[in-house]
Amino acid sequence: MTQTDAFTFDAPEEAEPMSPGQLMRRRALNHTGFLIGSGIIVTLALIAIFAPLIAPHDPFVQSLSSRMLPPVWDPAGSWDHLLGTDQNGRDYLSRLIYGTRVSISIGLGAATVGLLIGVTLGVVAGYFGGWVDHAVSFALTAQLALPGLLLAMALVFIIGPSIWVVIGIIGVLHWTYYLVVTRAATQRLRNLDFVAAATASGATPRQVIWHEILPNLIPQIIVIFTFELGIAILAEASLSFLGVGIQPPTPSWGLMIAEGKQAMFYRPWLVVLPGLSLFTLVIGANLMGDGLRDITAPEGRN
Amino acid sequence: MPLLDVQSLVTEFPGAPGGPGNRAVNEVSFAVERGKVLGLVGESGSGKSVTGFSIMGLVDRPGRVTGGRILFDGQDLASLSGEEMRQLRGRRIAMVFQDPMMTLNPVLTIGTQMTEAITAHEKVSRAESRARARDALGQVGIPSPEERLSAYPHEFSGGMRQRVAIAIALLHNPDLIIADEPTTALDVTIQSQIISEFQRLAETHNTAVIWITHDLAIVSRLADDIAVMYSGRLVETGPVSDVLTDPRHPYTAGLIGSVPSQNTRGTRLRQIPGMTPSLGRLPSGCAFRTRCDRATEACATVPPPETHEGARGFRCIHPVHPELLTQ
Repeated sequence: MTQTDAFTFDAPEEAEPMSPGQLMRRRALNHTGFLIGSGIIVTLALIAIFAPLIAPHDPFVQSLSSRMLPPVWDPAGSWDHLLGTDQNGRDYLSRLIYGTRVSISIGLGAATVGLLIGVTLGVVAGYFGGWVDHAVSFALTAQLALPGLLLAMALVFIIGPSIWVVIGIIGVLHWTYYLVVTRAATQRLRNLDFVAAATASGATPRQVIWHEILPNLIPQIIVIFTFELGIAILAEASLSFLGVGIQPPTPSWGLMIAEGKQAMFYRPWLVVLPGLSLFTLVIGANLMGDGLRDITAPEGRN
Repeated sequence: MPLLDVQSLVTEFPGAPGGPGNRAVNEVSFAVERGKVLGLVGESGSGKSVTGFSIMGLVDRPGRVTGGRILFDGQDLASLSGEEMRQLRGRRIAMVFQDPMMTLNPVLTIGTQMTEAITAHEKVSRAESRARARDALGQVGIPSPEERLSAYPHEFSGGMRQRVAIAIALLHNPDLIIADEPTTALDVTIQSQIISEFQRLAETHNTAVIWITHDLAIVSRLADDIAVMYSGRLVETGPVSDVLTDPRHPYTAGLIGSVPSQNTRGTRLRQIPGMTPSLGRLPSGCAFRTRCDRATEACATVPPPETHEGARGFRCIHPVHPELLTQ
């Protein structure tokens, strides 16, 4: 951290120094991983938003006469159901498309809940230090010692499954990364002159936190949010797979994998297709997070 | 009554566990009148910045003020609550920092930062605070202030940033400005402009200024009074013209002697031998004696008491030019 090298990219020296925004835009356009990742995320987000327009069938309509139809590339497949149907005769492609909605909205919701908890604790601990910091560090240690998935299962079991409960519980269990990063960054920032200058000009602790500290944490928070998005999506799929997350008939990829697993060896696509969707979405989020980290902190020491 | 009256101020940082604290500021007393500029001079680590932060009530943990009184406009600052102290900061006592590259928040526009400094103390509309910010920028000589309000710190040069910092300090017409080496990071021409700017503004607003620096040339040009600090203690105080032409303390004499001038061209610069001792291992008696060519065994016994001579004061038992002493 001794030297922040602002000129790591190979651009010709220009007379006008580039603003941080211009620098980031340039780095973003040269970052393959970021472009692929954000491409995946944007595409899947559009699919989620426009699901009713894209989906060929209603994902909830069951049809006993067309159960377990194979996908179109199978000799017995048909173009009417591109990816076949499930054991209740529902169009698999439509369910996958609607599943994007569930995954992304729960991912966004849970990552936001975690952000609110983690950033609040991190900034408060980093800014005030002392016993506040000790208390928060204890909470962190306690949280890290908890078996996350087990606790989530137990909580959902007790409270009862609904989309809001799943969002809340995944969020409440995923704030440690935010806390660790924002706490360290706040400790560094609060010793910088501009924070001292703000205090010297009469700013209250609340003003210092909102105006001096938080705006400088935004890049780190965005990066963590992207990573947590992927983690939360996987957590939702795990809970749904285990039967304590999203409940049928809502199309969730985790749930679809669970429903398809009995027939896994005869109709592998029932498991492979939602699995692939999950994989694509999570790798998209991770590539985007990786890219954002490189773009906002090119020294690679975030 | 002086505007600021610092009496036997002690600011300590914890030393070795169980041992006594390290006194970064040790029994420092001085006063500043309205409209006057006090130059607080010393080497790095002599405690001059800590003195400034002690007045502001902003000494970094784990350091704290453990002794003495700071009277501001007749009021003991130690008796104020945290909120009353906050009200004072920025409104009646303002501070300008050393490195203009670091004192502005890089992610907020100048306008936002100035508006915040205003609304920290007054409930005014956005438009009015913006207008005040614009006027303050114009006052410190920033061209087209209206447009510059929406610029970010990286779009300013170092000198311009320091002007912005000064404009922020002046927003509430403070009674006292503590300037902590505000020109050290700037080149000489900009330095000169900033100093003139300060002089003009201090005069028009009748503001008292404590100018913390290690640069005697700036002090001789700007300050009315000088206070020389060494290892946490004030070793010499008095009117600038007297002290700089006719120093009493060997340390002050050494500092003056080490400034290059036309007359010393071609000869080796005089320098003070040795280094500032660390606070944890100060020599007994006079802290300067290990580097002083006038030191005797008597210097090792007790810290020298302050000798007064008219408006001047110094702490040395073997002062320079003793034949001029009146006592």
